[in-house]
Amino acid sequence: MSGWRTGAGWALDRSESLSFTFDGKTVPTFKGDTVASALLASGQRIVGRSFKYHRPRGFWGAGSEEPNGIADIHGAQHRPNVQMTLEPAAQGLRLRSINGHPTAEHDRMAFLDRFSRFIPAAFYYKTFMRPDWHLFEPRIRAMAGLGRLDLAAQGFGPSASVNTTCDVLVVGAGPAGLAAAKTEAKAGRKVILCDEGMHVGGSLLYRPARIDGQEARDWVAAMVAELTALGVRILARTTAFGRYDHGLTGLAEAQPGGAAPRIWHVRAAETILAAGAIERHLPFANNDLPGVMSAEAGLHYLARFGVAVGRRVVVATTNGTAYDTARALHEAGAEVTLLDLRGRAAAGQHPFRIIAGQTIETALGRRQVEAVRLASGERIEADTVLVSGGHTPTVHLYSQAQGKLRWDEGLRAFLPGDPVPGLRVIGAAVGIYDLSRILPGQGVVATAYGSSTALWPKPRAKGRIWLDMQNDVTTKDVELAHRENLTSVEHLKRYTTLGMANDQGRMSNLPGLALMAELTGRSIPETGTTTYRPPFSPVPLASFAGLRGGELMNPVRRLPLEAEHRVDGALFREYGGWLRPAWFGPDEGAVMREAKAARQGVGLFDGSPLGKIEVIGPDAAKFVDFIYYNTMSTLKPGRCRYGFVLTEGGAVYDDGVLVRLDENRFIVSCSSSHVQGMGLLLEEWRQDKFDRSRVVIHDTTANYATLTVTGPKSRDLLQAIGLEAALDDASLPHMALTLGQFQGDEVRITRVSFTGDRSYELSIRADRALGLWRRLKEAGRAFDAVLLGGEALMILRAEKGYIVIGKDTDGRTRPMDLGVKGPFEKRKGDYLGRRSLHLPAVADQARDLVGLESLGAEPLPVGAHVVETVAGKRRSRGFVTTSHMSPNLNRPIALGLVEGGSARMGEVVTLHHLGQEVQARIAPVCALDPEGRLLDA
Amino acid sequence: MQLFTCPFCGPRPETEFHFGGDADNDRPGAEASDASWTDYLFFRHNRKGPAREIWMHLSCREAFLMERDTVTHTVTATLALGGEA
Ligand SMILES: [Zn+2]
Repeated sequence: MSGWRTGAGWALDRSESLSFTFDGKTVPTFKGDTVASALLASGQRIVGRSFKYHRPRGFWGAGSEEPNGIADIHGAQHRPNVQMTLEPAAQGLRLRSINGHPTAEHDRMAFLDRFSRFIPAAFYYKTFMRPDWHLFEPRIRAMAGLGRLDLAAQGFGPSASVNTTCDVLVVGAGPAGLAAAKTEAKAGRKVILCDEGMHVGGSLLYRPARIDGQEARDWVAAMVAELTALGVRILARTTAFGRYDHGLTGLAEAQPGGAAPRIWHVRAAETILAAGAIERHLPFANNDLPGVMSAEAGLHYLARFGVAVGRRVVVATTNGTAYDTARALHEAGAEVTLLDLRGRAAAGQHPFRIIAGQTIETALGRRQVEAVRLASGERIEADTVLVSGGHTPTVHLYSQAQGKLRWDEGLRAFLPGDPVPGLRVIGAAVGIYDLSRILPGQGVVATAYGSSTALWPKPRAKGRIWLDMQNDVTTKDVELAHRENLTSVEHLKRYTTLGMANDQGRMSNLPGLALMAELTGRSIPETGTTTYRPPFSPVPLASFAGLRGGELMNPVRRLPLEAEHRVDGALFREYGGWLRPAWFGPDEGAVMREAKAARQGVGLFDGSPLGKIEVIGPDAAKFVDFIYYNTMSTLKPGRCRYGFVLTEGGAVYDDGVLVRLDENRFIVSCSSSHVQGMGLLLEEWRQDKFDRSRVVIHDTTANYATLTVTGPKSRDLLQAIGLEAALDDASLPHMALTLGQFQGDEVRITRVSFTGDRSYELSIRADRALGLWRRLKEAGRAFDAVLLGGEALMILRAEKGYIVIGKDTDGRTRPMDLGVKGPFEKRKGDYLGRRSLHLPAVADQARDLVGLESLGAEPLPVGAHVVETVAGKRRSRGFVTTSHMSPNLNRPIALGLVEGGSARMGEVVTLHHLGQEVQARIAPVCALDPEGRLLDA
Repeated sequence: MQLFTCPFCGPRPETEFHFGGDADNDRPGAEASDASWTDYLFFRHNRKGPAREIWMHLSCREAFLMERDTVTHTVTATLALGGEA
């Protein structure tokens, strides 16, 4: 027990006593506490275990720089790896420390620390390589990692992201950020100000100062009121985690309850980085013991939460800032000794003992700090050691914005170098620490910090000196990396895991590279620094997902008649981005019934997603000639032609019917799933190769519903409902088009077939389709009409050997492989993909689409490979692309791509699938009605 | 997220755009050699620094020329094709 509550602490509301649990222990707290401040007040010293050696870990800091104080929140609002220094204490929270088995206080794995010399940096790459890393991997992985995910928990609730713009984004609401926000807002600019803390104010929340005759905190309150009145948007508990292109900054705003932090995409004309600086540690043996903390954090806990972190406190500092801490703790009643490493005490009277020019050699104690021994040999009893090894400006966002850091020898820190357009760095982030310089001319009365020195870790030190407390990287690990010639900072990082903890090296990077500089005889700037990348602090993936989950993950497109199909008992599935009926009825047995009935009477199919992209203009015919593999300009108005569209690489990209409405107007009926892609393809070639005033592209797919009527009785049904059009075969033969009317709306009637039966596609305004569909269903009763889902249609087309692009073809299937050789051999003039069909490499790939007749009773498995043994080695000669049981042929049918297949009709081949072998005979693709008589039946 | 300026619609987020390739990758004629055709099909400059590219703004479906720096991501110019806009 060492931490205790004083009577002070401005952030607390003591009227309400709350409690939460930590590792099962009840911790009393007040409203206004963080989890960390309440734990410290309760005397809890050990709050976690380190990653590798399972050393006891206590709090180091009070903000996002904290490397140790990480816990899982359990229960309904489960969140793993929460930084306790930033987490507001709340009634009933259940926290569990990380890496403690079973708790942080009592850890069975603590024995690992005694074996630390056997587990140096990269130990797992060396020790566990023989006989095979994979033998060791599961147990090592189980021991690694931080928090544990509770898979039964709900996870984060969704938070919608916000996209916004402003003139000025100010990151950090300390004195520099507040003052900058005020200047900008007063100049009439739209300003957003964010800060990761619960309260804005930065160091003014705990450092003693007077500004313009006011106490610092009163000045902050007045500033907040003034900024609010000026229209500044102030976001607390909001971390600017990343800087991206063109002035974009990502913010993560913590949300109450179980919701994920909200992502703000802020596009600012100018961003002002006032992110402050982070205190550095000092190198001495056992500097990782619980009770060794940042001096700044010690002051922060005392002033804000009324928590004195110790009773007998040693403060060790390289600069003047820790004097504030020493004085405040002394006034609170602690026994304070200050070690000033600058060689002499700061000017003025100090009511506590000061030892100048002495460094700590080692901290003593087993589970927490009990004393320190100085280089002089003097031993000082202490329950707490507060250190300030100087400050590291928080320049992450500047660096992420491609800013080049420069080393400042006077401040011994990397500072922003050349300016980055749209980004200004101010305050402690550029190494200005004295308040009087941050707020010039504002009557600042505050400690002048004076000079500073630096104390970097040295090689061959006695004892273990920690650099990265979470990942257990000590100076010995850096020395090992140096001995093994991993001297670049990027290698050092990866080899030792220095800076890979979730504080991202805020504390550890600089001392680590200072030591490497010393070892290699280079300067610190020559040694360099690792690349800063987003995020500055961990952001849950749920935040980035935002509302994009479940149905909103990949929203489906919906049919105009969806509600009607639901009433008819449709089971819906997604096909190429559209939600469509798979079949109508309670079970999958409906598929076979539908496929059979459609060939006997009439089937009704909602084909609305079918592409209907219009190509219009005097050059339309020239344009479609270029786009299609087949010659299209010879098509007569009122007629349709089936064709392929190729990629420039010569592969079949889409197939479908082109309709010529009149001389200068075509409709591209592309596959449902290719409407977007075809639209883009047409537009690209139109703009690239054609006179754009003479041909235009207009996608009308969503404007029309397309209702397909197929089967031997389809014409009878259409005649029964009266479409005011001549439907006899002389007037409307197969592959022709006519216009009719239904209740005053135009109906485009195209006689094309994807089933092999006589078929008609009726396209009508989408908002008028329901009347026509109902009429077809009603009148259809007399013709044994059946509703067709997508699955039955797939069987019908497979019986005919009609292909589905992307299913029966892949990225190297050429039109010739599908048996369409005419244009390749005879067509004059250029078209898309033409030249590629003549490339020798492409010609080598011949793999033909063929039918495959199973020699067994079962349909062939889709994906099964046709295998042959060549020179003792088995190799694939192709695969099954489509396979069904045909209800009309009463046998299995299949399609496949097989090398040289069209020349191997009748040959029996072996197919291999999941260890099983089956036999099939190569056959023509069309299994039903090869003469095409059904089209006119 | 980069910001590209469509010559017709103004600055819009990059997710609204579709990359169309290098600006100067002209399509060879029908009699092109295998080598020049495969150059056109497969070989990209992948330039480091200033680049001239064709992009399409998916919202308005207009293709345009964009000059940008692939290192700094600075967009120096966006120009409508065919003298429009
Ligand atoms: Zn546009």
